[in-house]
Amino acid sequence: MMEAIVTQKLRRQFRKTVAVKDISFSIKQGDIFGLIGPDGAGKTTTLRMLAGVLKPTSGQAHVLGEDVVRNPEALRDKVGYMPQHFSLYGDLSVLENLQFFAEIYSTPRAKRADRIARLLRFAQLEQFADRPAAKLSGGMKKKLGLACALIHNPRLLLLDEPTNGVDPVSRREFWDILSELHLQGVTILITTPYMDEAERCNQVGLMFRGELIEQGEPEALRQLAPGEMLALYTPELARTEAILPELPGYIAHQVYGDRLHIFVADAAATKPRLTAFLQARGIPVQALYVDEPRLEEAFIHLIRQARTETQP
Amino acid sequence: MSETASYAVEARGLTRKFGDFVAVDHISFVVEPGEIFGFLGPNGSGKTTTIRMLLGLIRPTEGEARALGIDIVRKPEAIARRVGYMSQKFSLYPDLTADENLTFYGRAYGLRGRALKRRKEEVLALTGLTQRRQRLTANLAGGWQQRLALAAAILHQPELLFLDEPTAGVDPVSRRNFWRLLYNLAAQKTTIFVTTHYMDEAEQCHRLAFIHRGRLIATGPPGEIKRDRMQGQVVEIICDQPQIGIRVLREAGIPEVALYGKRIHAAGPGLENRLDAIENLLEKADAGPQSLRIIPPSLEDVFIANVKNHNEQ
Repeated sequence: MMEAIVTQKLRRQFRKTVAVKDISFSIKQGDIFGLIGPDGAGKTTTLRMLAGVLKPTSGQAHVLGEDVVRNPEALRDKVGYMPQHFSLYGDLSVLENLQFFAEIYSTPRAKRADRIARLLRFAQLEQFADRPAAKLSGGMKKKLGLACALIHNPRLLLLDEPTNGVDPVSRREFWDILSELHLQGVTILITTPYMDEAERCNQVGLMFRGELIEQGEPEALRQLAPGEMLALYTPELARTEAILPELPGYIAHQVYGDRLHIFVADAAATKPRLTAFLQARGIPVQALYVDEPRLEEAFIHLIRQARTETQP
Repeated sequence: MSETASYAVEARGLTRKFGDFVAVDHISFVVEPGEIFGFLGPNGSGKTTTIRMLLGLIRPTEGEARALGIDIVRKPEAIARRVGYMSQKFSLYPDLTADENLTFYGRAYGLRGRALKRRKEEVLALTGLTQRRQRLTANLAGGWQQRLALAAAILHQPELLFLDEPTAGVDPVSRRNFWRLLYNLAAQKTTIFVTTHYMDEAEQCHRLAFIHRGRLIATGPPGEIKRDRMQGQVVEIICDQPQIGIRVLREAGIPEVALYGKRIHAAGPGLENRLDAIENLLEKADAGPQSLRIIPPSLEDVFIANVKNHNEQ
């Protein structure tokens, strides 16, 4: 299958800061690719280079076959880009915003009305066509932003944290629209701070300090959590953390609210041993069970690992 | 002396109208001392209005409430001294250092001299900001600004802390660290009332309340809500042609059908008895079903099902 995006040693520096550090990766046509990572990892900079709005310092990127450095103009017609702070015209109505974007992207006049009607239906904004954009709810603004990015029927969508600050119900609706586009064959590259959204992608990439440190299917990445996981509830979190490394088979742990996620080689075998281990030290156990690590546990582990590796 | 309170927050029939619009509609709930209480709801469902009433900033149209035993209508000024508040758009001064921001907020709370200095040291240590105290706030990363805002909100040692979407837009690692701080505060008997759109954070609360269109539609510990409040089941379906699968499932009238990577999640009442029928439908439409299994609902599944159900009523 053809690649929608291919980069080779793509790099961007802002003076001495290396925001994106020689990343090479590819995204297949038709993928929903979720790019996740901490703030400042380089996700937005990567997207801006791929959209052709920011020049790389060095390296190459081809988007739908076009060179982003030599031919950024060609990208405009093929790519729908929704930046983090997407600017709608607040005093224009939903319909007028769409007409405005149709004008910018020189959508053929004959097709315009039809396409706008279809997008309004698709984004579930038909009833709100005449409402000024400023008076839409947060979730509806995002849907309108997406509809505007889709006005020229792009084959690739670049979406930068489109659901940030949006409530769960609106997020679900937004994702249902993305799934629909995915099923129609549109390639989607999306950044998100929500781990549960990463589960809705068919490919996920983890960025950290300007590098893409892992890429794969969500199911495969989940397996990168170290060993098996036990969930422990105890009122003595700090004391437990201090002595855990003495537990035979201990690999790592993470604090999750009032519970500890403990990674061990063999969870089932360790469970009774851990109970005895804690009781012998006078630490009460409220609950202890074997649990499945999620993407979040895997990512936190990978980021910690990357942190130790980069430390001198 | 202040009244002794058995609850940190107690609301009875609390209501607020803006003109004809009922923002908060007769809600009643209690928050236990030392609890982390998660207040969840879509945008515009009444979360912030409720918090503003409990802070004594706006008056209820009807009903009553007490925060730390203090009547929010009769003694709103007494509340301000004993509660902390970190709003969605917390107002730190970007051109002041972290330390200077704390001095500013400390003075606003009436702290002076030694007491101010001591509290500043304590909150800086608690939030891990001691090394960064001389940095300009504008130069702190998002996660650190959030911690600074929390430090400012707890300078006066409030017994009750309101946090309105404190982690919006913060990355997963920083959010984990932030929640760890909240747990430390709760362990020291600070009651925490928090709103969030992150369901993984909601899972970390001791108890939750779902609010929708101004009304409470579910309350309880996260585990209990997941067990008792999901009308129906979630089925994970793997099939060769998810595109066809999704269409078939929607046509079969299943209320929630969503694609997760290559898998389909279908949710609705009575699905456990329809697994064979669904598989047959998928088979007939050449969707190529590989497996169907009931999976435990996520908190988000339960939340969405309850909101939709409430919409239909």
